Amino acid sequence: MHTFAYARPATLAEAVALLEAHGPAARLLAGGTDLVIRLRDGTARPAVVIDVKQIAELRPAIHEDGGRLVISAGTVMTDVASDERVRRSFPALAEAAAVVGSVQIRNRATLVGNVCNASPAADTAPSLLVYDATVVAEGPGGTRRIPVDDFFVRSGVTTLARGEIVTAIELPLPARKMGAVHMRRTRRRGHDLASVTLCCGVDDAEVTRLAYGSVGPRPVLMIDESGVLADPAAADEAKAPIFERMFADASPSPRSMRASPEYRLAMLRVLGARALRTAIDRLAQG
Amino acid sequence: MSEMIQTVLIELTVNGRRRALTVAANHTLLDVLRDDLELTGTKECCLVGECGACTVSLDGRIVDSCLVLAVEADRAQVTTVEGLAVDGHVSPLQQAFLDKGAVQCGFCIPGQLVAAHALLAENPHPTVPEIQEGLAGNLCRCACYQQITEAVLATAEGTDR
Repeated sequence: MHTFAYARPATLAEAVALLEAHGPAARLLAGGTDLVIRLRDGTARPAVVIDVKQIAELRPAIHEDGGRLVISAGTVMTDVASDERVRRSFPALAEAAAVVGSVQIRNRATLVGNVCNASPAADTAPSLLVYDATVVAEGPGGTRRIPVDDFFVRSGVTTLARGEIVTAIELPLPARKMGAVHMRRTRRRGHDLASVTLCCGVDDAEVTRLAYGSVGPRPVLMIDESGVLADPAAADEAKAPIFERMFADASPSPRSMRASPEYRLAMLRVLGARALRTAIDRLAQG
Repeated sequence: MSEMIQTVLIELTVNGRRRALTVAANHTLLDVLRDDLELTGTKECCLVGECGACTVSLDGRIVDSCLVLAVEADRAQVTTVEGLAVDGHVSPLQQAFLDKGAVQCGFCIPGQLVAAHALLAENPHPTVPEIQEGLAGNLCRCACYQQITEAVLATAEGTDR
């Protein structure tokens, strides 16, 4: 591993100052499950690594605040997956967090890190899109709240500005009843990256939110307000053209070794239909 | 500590013993365990968090020590495979691995043991799917998964419900 300087700020203000001073020469370290790999293989060569785990404001915590569930930047996947409030109000996010990597990875990897890496295959991204999450960033200009759909650009690139650090993810507690589920396709059971990762949510106003990843440069959110997808009695022939419009933006890379574009596009349709059925069932079960 | 440094004095407890040493910022916990503390039970293998051969317990939770910088373990409690023995004798889980023939080449076993110990500490009577999920981050090239699972089950059966 190349040499770098290590900083362990105790406050958010110090971290922002370091980020602002060093710009692209600095990288933030939370769980390290992606960064340490990149430090070792040389695809990241920062002069400064800023460890955020001693920052008081970012300590692992999930709390309710004014109708939102707030998940701090230090919170690891294991704790997202097991948290009672997440499981009750955002079960598809708990399901997604529970399948990231292995136990070892989930004990270390943070939800915020998963979002900031902006991997197209990030398993938590589809559920965050379905639940209309907000990314909270602190920077030289103060606090900024970014809808997660406006956060992702492409692999490794987000709309964060220089000097900004993500402090939390906020999830609005659902005003309506919703049934939702996360599903994925991998090459093998257990520890693997997704060939398709997908979340579907159906609410009691018959709005269907479908988000998917690993089939293009960034995760995508599509919304059907016609009520046709949400209608358990609607014919498959009526749903098919709506699904096709929702999947029109999928453009899997032909260079990936995980799965061919043809396979991913076929599985996207299979998982989409399955997830819709499960989401409708869960809504009915309350 | 917000000044930037390339070597850091860290203090940690490894297998119950307090240690203080100066580490380079770009050295991993795995490097320090093996090269500085000479605890070579923990193995280096894939170095990308896929295989689990470097699994150790960090503050009660298992991690891939190849993906943790040594400085991140400052003030932490670390348990490696060397810390699993009880009063100089192998633990019941270690004995079960031997009894069930779960140890072939042995290279993955330190990581398997640390992961299985953590699984049983959290869930003393796991089902087979729970064992498979709990050990999904530990690969065995000899493909002893059946025997490893049996060893964990046998250990659980020997524990009071």
